[in-house]
Formats: sequence, C-alpha cells, structure tokens
Amino acid sequence: MRPNGCGGTEYGDTFTAGADCMLRVAPYLVAAILTGPVLAGSLGALIPSFGFLPSLGHDEFGLDAWRALLDWPGIGGSVLLSFASGILTAGVSLLLALLFLAVFFETRAFVWLRQAIAPMLAVPHAAAAFALAFLIAPSGFLARLLSPWATGWQRPPDLLIVQDEWGLSLMAGLVMKEVPFLLLMALASLAQIHAGERMRLARSIGYGRISAWFKSVVPALYPLLRLPVYAVIAYSSANIDVALILGPVSPPPLAVQVLRWSNDPDLDFRMIASAGAILQFAVTAGAIALWILAERCVGLLTRGWLVSGRRRTGDTGLAALGQGLFPTLILASILGIAALGLNAFARVWRFPDALPGRWTLAHWQSVAETAGGPVVATLWIALLTTLLSLVLVVCVLENERQRDVRSGRILEFLIYVPLLVPQIGFIFGLVLLAELAETPPGGGLVAAGHIIFVLPYVYLSLSEAYRRQDPAWTKIARTLGQSAAGAFWKVRLPMLLTPLLTAFAVGAAISIGQYLVTRLLGAGRVETVTTEAIALAAGGDRRLIGAWALTQAILPVAGFALALAAPRLIWRNRRGMLGGVR
Amino acid sequence: MLYRRGFAALTLVFGLLGGLSPVGAADAVKEWKQVLDTARGQTVYWNAWGGDSRINAYIDWAGEQVEERFGISLVHVKLTDTAEAVARVLAEKSAGRTEGGAVDLIWINGENFAAMKRNGLLFGPWLGRLPNHALTDPVNNPDLGLDFGVPVDGLEMPWARARLVFYRDTAILPEPPATSDALLAWAQENRGRFTYPLPPSFLGTTFLKQILIERVADKSSLYKPVSESDFAAVSQPLWDYLDLLHPALWRQARSFPKNAGGMRRLMSDGEIDIAFAFSQSEASAGIDSGELPETVRNYVFDEGTIGNVSFVAIPFNAAHSDAAMVLANFLLSPEAQMRKQDPAHWGSATVLSLGQLKKEEADAIRGLDLGPAALPADKLGAMLAEPHPSWTEALEAEWVRRYGVR
Amino acid sequence: MTLGLGLKDVRITLGGRDLLSLDCVIEPGTVLTVMGPSGSGKSTLLSFVAGFLTAPFTAEGRILLNGADITDALPEARHVGLLFQDPMLFPHLSVGGNLLFGMPPGSPDRLASAGEALDRFGLEGFADRDPATLSGGQASRVALLRLLLSEPKAALLDEPFSKLDRHLRGDIRRFSFERLRDAGLPTVLVTHDPEDAEAAGGPVVELAGTG
Repeated sequence: MRPNGCGGTEYGDTFTAGADCMLRVAPYLVAAILTGPVLAGSLGALIPSFGFLPSLGHDEFGLDAWRALLDWPGIGGSVLLSFASGILTAGVSLLLALLFLAVFFETRAFVWLRQAIAPMLAVPHAAAAFALAFLIAPSGFLARLLSPWATGWQRPPDLLIVQDEWGLSLMAGLVMKEVPFLLLMALASLAQIHAGERMRLARSIGYGRISAWFKSVVPALYPLLRLPVYAVIAYSSANIDVALILGPVSPPPLAVQVLRWSNDPDLDFRMIASAGAILQFAVTAGAIALWILAERCVGLLTRGWLVSGRRRTGDTGLAALGQGLFPTLILASILGIAALGLNAFARVWRFPDALPGRWTLAHWQSVAETAGGPVVATLWIALLTTLLSLVLVVCVLENERQRDVRSGRILEFLIYVPLLVPQIGFIFGLVLLAELAETPPGGGLVAAGHIIFVLPYVYLSLSEAYRRQDPAWTKIARTLGQSAAGAFWKVRLPMLLTPLLTAFAVGAAISIGQYLVTRLLGAGRVETVTTEAIALAAGGDRRLIGAWALTQAILPVAGFALALAAPRLIWRNRRGMLGGVR
Repeated sequence: MLYRRGFAALTLVFGLLGGLSPVGAADAVKEWKQVLDTARGQTVYWNAWGGDSRINAYIDWAGEQVEERFGISLVHVKLTDTAEAVARVLAEKSAGRTEGGAVDLIWINGENFAAMKRNGLLFGPWLGRLPNHALTDPVNNPDLGLDFGVPVDGLEMPWARARLVFYRDTAILPEPPATSDALLAWAQENRGRFTYPLPPSFLGTTFLKQILIERVADKSSLYKPVSESDFAAVSQPLWDYLDLLHPALWRQARSFPKNAGGMRRLMSDGEIDIAFAFSQSEASAGIDSGELPETVRNYVFDEGTIGNVSFVAIPFNAAHSDAAMVLANFLLSPEAQMRKQDPAHWGSATVLSLGQLKKEEADAIRGLDLGPAALPADKLGAMLAEPHPSWTEALEAEWVRRYGVR
Repeated sequence: MTLGLGLKDVRITLGGRDLLSLDCVIEPGTVLTVMGPSGSGKSTLLSFVAGFLTAPFTAEGRILLNGADITDALPEARHVGLLFQDPMLFPHLSVGGNLLFGMPPGSPDRLASAGEALDRFGLEGFADRDPATLSGGQASRVALLRLLLSEPKAALLDEPFSKLDRHLRGDIRRFSFERLRDAGLPTVLVTHDPEDAEAAGGPVVELAGTG
C-alpha cells in the first residue's frame, strides 16, 4: 500500500529490480540452507535405524537395530556422559562468562577481555583439546615444569587425568572453548540492554559490583543468551573432535560410540549407528529440555532474592574468584599453545625435563612438504563459503531494514538449527542423499556443507551491529543526492567494515575447523589442514601433531588478526571508525 | 622370462582356486597392455590410513613413480580408519551407484575385507591379471591366499607382511617377560607400567588374539568360524587372564591408549615400560626420530607372535579400476617393495618371494639394514596365523561386554 | 511559478488519528519554525518532506518546491537538505570527503571549491582532518557547509542546536540562519526551544501534544 503523497519509502523502489528480488529471496534461501540439509540428513538416519537399508539386503522395517542399541554394553554410561557433559559444560561456561563480565565490565581490564576472546575463539577445538591434554596429563607440560623438584616424580605418576571416566577433562576442554563463545554473544547484547546504565544505577544505590550485575543486568541479558546457551548444550553433548581427544574411552560419549559403530567393519552396525544417531538427537533434546526446566526453577527461586534489597551476596568472594579464574583460563590457554609449540620443535623430550633435550625442524619440514595443498583447499573453501554466507546475511539484514520488519522470530530461531541438531546425526544421512543426487564428492560439496555451519555464525556476529547502525546515516546520504544503492555502498557498508571483517573472520574460522563434514562430504578427497591434522593425530606422534595443530590454528588466528588490524590501518586517521558501531 | 615363469605359476594358482580360466601368456601380455592403455590419464583415489607421515611419504613417492611411468595421477585419501572407505563404498551402493565410485583402491585386510567380500562390494577377481603377482610365488606361499583365514579369491593383492613385535627400553628392562604368564607376573610387580590399545582397534584386538592363542588348549577351533565352537568355553582362559591383568594395567585399565601410536606415545613419555606394534620398524623409526630412547629394542614371545598380510583391494564400483591395477602392480614391483622394506623409508616387510627375483634384487633386499631396534630374521621366532575373522568380532563384542561398562 | 517550499493541505495521521495539518508556503530565505512536545509529529513532518515517511504514519497533501510537485519524488531527487541534532559527519571520510560526498558530480574543480568554502567558514586547512577530531562547533559548521554545498533548494532542520553547549548555541544558531538566508533557502525548523524560534525570525507553528 502506498498512501497518497508518501513518495519513496526509505529504499525499496530505487534498488534495481534484480537486487531487490535478491533481497526478498534471501531470507527464504537462508531458511532453506539452514533447515533443508538438516531435515533431509536426519531422515537419512531415521530410516536405516528401523532396519531399512536395501543395499545390505535389509528391506523390511523392524526394531532390531533399536534392540541391539539398547542392549549394547555401556550404552547407559555413554548416554549419561553425553547428557551430563551437555548440561554441566553449559552451566559452568555460562556462570564463568557471567562472572567474568560481572568482575571486569567497564573496568580497564575489560578492553583486554574483549581482545582475548577473538584468539581464544579462533583456535580450533581439536588444537585446543590437544593443548589441554598435553598440559594436564601426568606426563604433561605442567607435571614436567614441576618435576622432579616440586613433586619428586622421576616417572609420571599413574593418575587418570586425561580421558577420565567422569568426563571431567572433556568438560574442562569444552568449557575453555565455550566461555569465549558465550562472552562474545553476551558482549554483542550488552549495548542493547543498556548494561552500563543498569550497572551505574544499581551501583549508585549501593549494590556491590557482582550483586549489581546479577540482579540488574543478568535478568535482561539471559533471555538474549538463551539460544547461544542451547547451542553450547548441543555442541557439548554431541561433539566428536574434543570427545575423541579428551573424552573417556570406555564407554565413550554417545557421539563417539556412534562414530565407532559407523566405522565397524561389520556393515550391519550401520543400522545401530543410525539408531544411535537418533538417540543422540533425543539425548541433546533431553539435555536442552532439562535446562529449560532448570531455567524456570532458577527463575522462581531467585525471584525473592532479586528484590530482597540485599546489596551484597558473596560479592567479595565471587569477585576474587572471577579475578583469579580469568587469568588462569588465559594462562592455561597460553601454556597449552606454548606446549604444542615446544612439541613441534622437539626432537627428544623425555619426562621429567621441563624443556626438550634436543630440538629439530624436521616436523615443520614434514608439514611444509605436505601442507601446501591442504592450506590452499582450506583457504578457498573458507573464503568462498564465508563470502557467500556474508552476502546472504547482509541481504537478509538489508531486506529486514528496508521492509522495516525483524525478518521474523522464525529466522532468528532457524539460525540455531544447525547448531542445535547433533552433526553426527544428520551428516551421514546427508552423504547418502548426496550419493542419491549423484553429486560427486569433492570441494564443491564440502563447501556447500560448510555453509550450513558458517552461515549461523556469520549471522550471529553481524546482525547486532547491522541492526544498531543509525538509519539517519542513510537519510543524510539520500538528502545529499545519493540513491538507495549509493547510500548502501558508500555509507552503510564502509561504516560497517569492522563488524563485516569480524564476521568474516568468525565465519572463516568456523569453516577451517570443520572436520566431519569435510571428511564425509569430500569422501576424504578434500584435504584441509583440519582433516590432515586429525588424520595424523591417529598416528600419535605428538611432536608432529603439535606442528599440525599450530598450522591449523595459525590460519584462523591470522584471520582474526587481519580483521582486527585492517580497520586500524585503513581508519588510522578516522578515530570515529574505531570506537564501535555508530 | 620373468613374466613367463610368473604366468605359468599364475595359471596354476587360478586353476586351483577356480578364480579364472587359464589364459595363455601372450593373451595375458596383450590384455595387460590394454589395461595400461586405459589407465593412462586416469586418477587413482587410494584410500589408505594416513596416520604415519613416513607411510604418507612412501605413498607420495609411489604417486610420482606411476605418474612418470604410466601417466597415472595418485591421490592419497588419508583415512583415520579403513572402515571409513568401506562406509563410503556402502553409501554408494545404497544410493545405487554401481559405477564411477569415489574409491579406487583400499589398503585393507581381515575384517574389513571379509565384510566387503560378504556384501559384494569388491571388484574382481583381478589379482591374476597383474604381471608382478607371480613374484610372490603364490604356490609356495599359501598364506598369501588367505586373509584372516578368508580365501582371497583374487579379490585383493598382498602388499605387506606384518608381525606383532613387542619393544621395551633395554636400559630399564633388559630381560623382558616373553610369555603371557611372565607378562602377567611382571605387570603385577610393576603396576601401571603396561597397557594395550583399546579393542576394537586393530592392534588392541590383536593383543587379545595373541593371548588367546597362547592360552587356549585346542588352537584348531580358532581357525574355523566361531559359530562352530563353544565360544564361551574356548575363550574363557583369555578372560580369566585379563581379569587378573587389568587391575595391574596403566590407569588400572580405566583408560586405554587408542592405537599403536597412542601406545608409542606412552612409551615415549615414560608412562609404560613395554609396548608393541605390528611392524619391526616402529621402534626403530621412533629411535630415529628421537621419540624413543636409543636403547629401545624389539623382542617377541617365546611361543611366537601373530603375523598377517595386508592387502590392497578395488571396490566393485571403482571409477578407475584399470589405473588402480596398474598402481597395485607397481606396488608389487621389486623396486617398490624394496623401498617399502627399507626402514629409512618405511620398514614394512615385503610379500615377494626372494627366490623369484633377480639375484641382485634379492641380495639388495636381504642386505637392507632393518634399523636399530629390529630383530634379525632368525630371531623373529614362529609366526602365529590370525584366527578366523569371525573370532575378531566375537572377541571384541565380549570384551566390550566385560570391560566396556563400569 | 511560486518560489519557495509549499506545503499544500498536508495532513499527517497515525493509525487514523490526526497528528498535524498544515497549509502554507515558506518563502526563499525564511524559516518556518514548528514547535511542539515530543510525539506531536513534528519530526514526522520532516520525514514526509524529505521522503522518508514510513508506516505506521500516513500523510496526505502535496509538497511543492519552487513550483514543482516533489511529493512522489525519491529522496535524492528532491534537493531537500537535512540537519539533525548530531552533525552526522561520515566517520569514514575526511572533512573534505564529507563535503565532496554531497557536492554534485561533474562540477569543475570540486576540490578547490570545497577548500574555499572551508576558508569562508573559518575552517582553513580542515579538508584532511578526521571528523572525529573536530570540536562540537566545528562539526556543526562542517555539517551545515556539507548541506549548502550539496546545492539544495530547501533545508530541514531537526533540533540541530539542542546538543550544543550553551555558550556555543547562540553563535552557531545565528551563523546557520544567516547562511541559510544568504543561500535563499526556504527552511523548516523543528524544535522545542523557544530561543530557536525567536532567532529564526519567521512564522511559528505550535503543535498540540498527543491528547
């Protein structure tokens, strides 16, 4: 409807018809990318779980696979482990992230915290897990630093620390990666809820820093963190990379057990694997459901506390805890990466020497000889998928702005679908579908698979900044004679350069870290630094693993460094461009 | 001359196995020529375990050679587990793709071969078409015709021989326990200093079989399908043994290394004192790279250790089966086999019969330095054959039932 | 042809409720001041004139600029300049870049005329400056200059002085109205500061609050 006299809505009619059409289609395209493969892949797991796998001569539906699954020794342990690591990792990560924000919000260290997040996020899960494993093992870096002078150990003690049966080392590894993720998500929301004003108000009427945070900011912040937290639960309850390195071996977390079944030489195990994948859906969904229940309970239980008027609730202790834990987390990350680096240059490194006894470049030579192809493949897939994702996300956000509608709660939720549905469940089904469609395995298919996971992260890291940009900038540009397109290209996008680059770095890091998708959709033909690193991890030579894990980590970290450095260089004479979104 | 002798033997073998109708030598040469022609310009996707950088380098070398000589490019698809390739072929079959498959050649043996054969996922028989096949002297080496007791039937090509060998640091443990009883006694005295890889990893299951073979009274039942014997009764000595051993293992058997590499790493970190591998060269390579102390040496059990042969197979729907055959034939050449056995490159024992080679080739292979940790051939002891593959599955399942739950 | 900005039977409604009705002509070089509490629709009037009116507001009536009906024209084709509370200098461009951004393309020696204009405004040598380094008063002047150099035929001011320091406000206000008058622009000023209206010296329309 265009009421008389209301000439020219904000933009629509001056983008070319083609561009306008693209904007209109984008939300639907994004929704399709986010849900189509997940749904289809899940179906591909569901059908064999009921005994239907004609290629193996099983063409009658039945419950045998489910019976075998439920009879499997240790299945209860696997389920419990996955369930618990989902809930506990999310709980601990959320509490730590909120505590760190409470302690450091708008202090001088806050800038530091902001900057520490990017590199911590950029290090791929597998590399981080290797680093942690070597750091805390009885023969690991910490033990070597402390032995024998402090511990008296000449030989490593026989202690089960890494891959412990309670999954504690697994959860510790996950928490190290999920805290930065939640911090990033929280930081993006702080401005929206006017966290600064809330804090200042609460502090001014006598609330302690921690109490002020948890009573005045968290109740508004948590609703915005809800979906990210569910994503953490989903990832922690169903991941493969970290679980393979830090998870208990017997019984293993459910996702690892599913992978073992699907790799069993007895092909009939494929159907049990399918049933296991469906069970994994249920476990993840159950963990999220329990969390939602817990949300309600916490809400009820804290209702009185929120308005009790108590100005301090353990503020001193909690502040000390946060001030102690955050540097510990950073230090552990740095030590872990340093230990990987030492391994990568070590020729001989015996326990309990604190440093390698002899050094070598041989591992790097080996990397240099073989890394060329994988690095190129990694880069083109990451750049292509991230660029496509970025274009799609910008289209969605621009469409939202032009039509002056939030693209809808539905899309906001759909963004989380690939993050909430366990990968192991639908990727196998996806491979089957790709085969049915006669799509040859290779780079194209892998890139298509990566977009499913890159898109949500690009959206999550860009949307806030994009929506916050003041519409008045466009109005000014239009009254100065620019068309809608001109205002978009000359004002909107350049002003969003920093968030665009950050979103790009986030997307590229996600693509670089993908293992299962690359592996399965590429039929192993597409070698990236991640598949290469994990293939060699099977060989167990930690020095070579160190060199590869660093190679794997360098690419995304370099991406983040570029994303941080480029605006500083480009805008070195534009102070207004370095202070966040206008 | 070499070829002619080879083909005579070959026709004999296939006469025996009934795999192929005998063909004349001239036909064979012509037919091979045709394979070479078709193969030129093709790309072989070879799915092989990628966990060892030296093996990867060897495969790269083979790729350069076949590129140069036969115009074939080789892509090494690096697996973490052979079953991944089997899964891929299976997915293709599920989708009805009977040609143009993504996998051209798989490094395989035992269980995976048995599974693929049972499900009709293999191409062939093709072994008899390879000129170099004769060099393995199949008539006098019947073990090459069986893969874990399952007849090969020309569906895969023997590539490497493997032997289970133990190793330890002689500076710490000069006289290692060389029977299962001695190992148990030693482990109980030295708690936490021994472990084995988690079954069903290849090496972990092999350890179970090694102990089983040594402790079972009637070994013959192990070489027949498990369904033909009373599994519980036959395997009981193994479980009795493990029940005693486990409390004395590294981490009280609450955790296990994942595979040979994981176990070598524990050895390197000084966490355990005895490890084992499926190759004489593993310890030597570890010494060369500085991962293991220089005083590490291999040893075997008094009553012998398990040995087997690993193979390469072509899936039924391979897109480039001709190039795969040419590559396989090259892998079986004296030159490639010698480089493979050389510990400087890999150190995996040849499947060729030295008597079938030219004298200088045979001498060169005999003269290879096997590395610092290796035992000379005459000290390697008896080779115990792999039990029937059905035992593997049964042992793994029972192990999980007993020890996979807490 | 009537020179100036004509608002003919303009009526702005929100959900069927009348916000404001206007019927007047603003002569070149004069300022129409629209006053009223927030929510009275005064900023919406500017949006309508500039071409940015969006739902849920609706508007009737015609906008005539120097005799031409621009009611249905695109914002960039209206030649109507806009000033906000904030100077809104593009932070990614230099001061000179901000000026050039608004100047019509193709005019000869744009760079030189931008420099001369800066000199006239007491901002010599500011062309390469980063807008973020300007004082509030300087930024306001650059914003006004940017508007003038874009050669508009009318100007719309949305409380442009309300964020300035008290001691600056009078100077800038006087300076701005003088320049707008010199340029002969019909101007609509939206404000709730009576001093603004007084300084503007033109007709004043008082809007009622939302009932």
